[in-house]
Amino acid sequence: MTDLSAGGVPAARPKSSLLTEDARTKKRNAAERRFKNYGLTAVLLGVAALIMLLISILGNGLSAFQQTYVTLQVELPAETLDKEGNRNRDEMAKVSTFGYSPLIGAAMERAVAEAGIETELAADEQGDIISREAAAQLRNFVLANPEVVGETIEFEFLANGRIDGYLKDRVNRESAALDKNVSPAQLDLTDALQEEGILEKRFNWAFLTMPDASGQRPEAAGLGVAIMGSLYMMLIVLGLALPIGVAASIYLEEFAPKNRITDIIEVNISNLAAVPSIVFGILGLAIFINFAGLPQSAPIVGGLVLTLMTLPTIIIATRASLKSVPPSIRDAALGVGASKMQSVFHHVLPLAAPGILTGTIIGLAQALGETAPLLLIGMVAFVREYPSGPPEGFFDPASALPVQIYNWTQRSDPAFVERASGAIIVLLIFLVSMNALAIFLRRRFERRW
Amino acid sequence: MSFAKLSVSALAIATISATASYARDNVQVAGSSTVLPYAAIVAEAFGENFDFPTPVVESGGSSAGLKRFCEGVGANTIDIANASRAIRSGEVEACAEAGVTDIIEVRIGYDGIVFASQLTGPAFTAFEPSDWFNALATQVLVDGEIVDNPHQQWADFNSDLPAVDIAAFIPGTKHGTREVFEEKVLLQGCEDTGAMKAMMDGGMSEDDAEGACMAVRTDGKSVDIDGDYTETLARIDSNAEGVGVFGLAFYENNTDKLKVATMSGVAPSTETISTGEYPVSRPLFFYIKKAHIGVIPGLKEFAEFFVSDEIAGGSGPLAEYGLVSDPELGDTQKMVADEQVMDASM
Repeated sequence: MTDLSAGGVPAARPKSSLLTEDARTKKRNAAERRFKNYGLTAVLLGVAALIMLLISILGNGLSAFQQTYVTLQVELPAETLDKEGNRNRDEMAKVSTFGYSPLIGAAMERAVAEAGIETELAADEQGDIISREAAAQLRNFVLANPEVVGETIEFEFLANGRIDGYLKDRVNRESAALDKNVSPAQLDLTDALQEEGILEKRFNWAFLTMPDASGQRPEAAGLGVAIMGSLYMMLIVLGLALPIGVAASIYLEEFAPKNRITDIIEVNISNLAAVPSIVFGILGLAIFINFAGLPQSAPIVGGLVLTLMTLPTIIIATRASLKSVPPSIRDAALGVGASKMQSVFHHVLPLAAPGILTGTIIGLAQALGETAPLLLIGMVAFVREYPSGPPEGFFDPASALPVQIYNWTQRSDPAFVERASGAIIVLLIFLVSMNALAIFLRRRFERRW
Repeated sequence: MSFAKLSVSALAIATISATASYARDNVQVAGSSTVLPYAAIVAEAFGENFDFPTPVVESGGSSAGLKRFCEGVGANTIDIANASRAIRSGEVEACAEAGVTDIIEVRIGYDGIVFASQLTGPAFTAFEPSDWFNALATQVLVDGEIVDNPHQQWADFNSDLPAVDIAAFIPGTKHGTREVFEEKVLLQGCEDTGAMKAMMDGGMSEDDAEGACMAVRTDGKSVDIDGDYTETLARIDSNAEGVGVFGLAFYENNTDKLKVATMSGVAPSTETISTGEYPVSRPLFFYIKKAHIGVIPGLKEFAEFFVSDEIAGGSGPLAEYGLVSDPELGDTQKMVADEQVMDASM
């Protein structure tokens, strides 16, 4: 400092104070404010995108959890349903759903007449208020309970998708007038039936339990098979990826010598994590289906493919959490005479467990939302049969949640837009709860050193 | 040591499962996304009424389906391939190489291709193939000369059409629908306007001229839709002046949003398509591996059920959904019942 002043006449420095900002300070402060605003804008943009997404999905999809039902008294004449009169299931199964449809149409007509509703609709047009699924529902019920033949039973049917849409404000009289599948007169009848209490809208458990349905029956389509398929695949991923991933990480982290080979393995594991998931699908088709001869569309193949995809995530997370256990723990264990394996399994692994679990859950959540690898192994399919219980069920055809969403967005009937958004909500709930569990486990059990 | 035990047992399960032979008891179908909704309707009804499990139906496109069909014979290959076009001779050869020799070809009916726009949009009510050629081709005939397509608005070449910018949404090249669109609309329009003749007079061979006729302009007036019709609908929804190419069944399910135009003066409907009056239609097929009949339970029953009168007939659920039923359905039924295979020499 003294040198400076000794260098000659000191420049006439402007008087400045820490309390008054000079031009450069102002500039710097402004730059800081600007940067803060950029950051804030970025965050707000992200939040706005999320809110828009949620509004669009919830707006479209929440109605999928409500469904319109029609309750009718159905006469089940023994002469058409069980000609032999033996109440034998196999004999009665000869009457197809085409034999049951007229019964439902007649029941509808009778209900309309009994309620004193005046309508100019013909009998079949009145029957169109009921879902095409109804005949199958009734047939299955009768085959399961042969004793009801000959009686009149109260039965609850799904309403047709367009009628359901009317109660959900998706269909109105103007659009119905232009629509070939529904007429305004049918909507009038719907209003009347609703007043009589024959037709009502309420919570739709069937959306979570029923299997998929074809394009003509959006009202009957549900997520049952998809949820089971996803669950089976997650079980397989958990059962394979966790032990394999943990074993690989423990070996690499604790036992393997640090040399060129382990370096190459390490780099490749990181590369594997970045491989596009469709590649795993191609691999799955070539190895598991064409070479090993495993069935198509089965959760076992889907699970194996997703295992390959999840392994790197789990290995990376496990190694990170093993690394974060301080060496003093290992040294102490070895110091009191524990073998290397004892030190790992008795001391290091329990301490690393929360991190491993978190990584596994996040890997599973990622696998749960994956569609691309399933495309090639035949899981993007119309599947209506529930897979049987594990382990045989692993080999039965099944669908998966993200696949079901993809399938429904391609259907022509507008009612499937609602179903697809509803399925997205279900998938999001699964993902959010899995991630919440991961956060909970981390908070609860993680130890900081 | 629970982790070690767990991993050993998991590996054991994986190996056992990989070597276990298994018998499939459901019919496995894959192929055209146009046929998918019909196949799903049939599969559903089949599962309801028979004691066989509901067949599994995958989509993925005609070519992809036939490729998987031709992978070989065995429980881990598909039994039925859906296709929105006939199988090609190259595919038959590929099949034969993999040991799939006896193929039963089943025509289930016809599908119409319609041209639709927003219900409240400009009045696109009547098209000729020549309109589409003039709107979309790379090169068109103007005043006797072949020139790069100068048309900006529909009214530029046909004063009956609305004076709005051309915005067409046509199926992408991977769709079977595109092939039909090119052959039955663009090529036809090319011949009608005389552009094809002018091209050939200009020294092009017939094949080159056909190729030039079906080349679609790439300046953004025409948009290829590689997804499904739902994507085309979304584009039309957000673009009042757009015109899209749809399947008849899709249009029938969305009549409250779309209005359809006539082609060559004929309105598309199941009747006009089955009589052949409406020009833009194509047959839909599925192909059965004969070697799987008797091995996969329910395969033949499913095929017979598919083409039965109560399903594929004029008043069945398929026709209700938009399939144009085949007037020669009786022959097809007989063919399936007899397990009559395709002529290998085709």
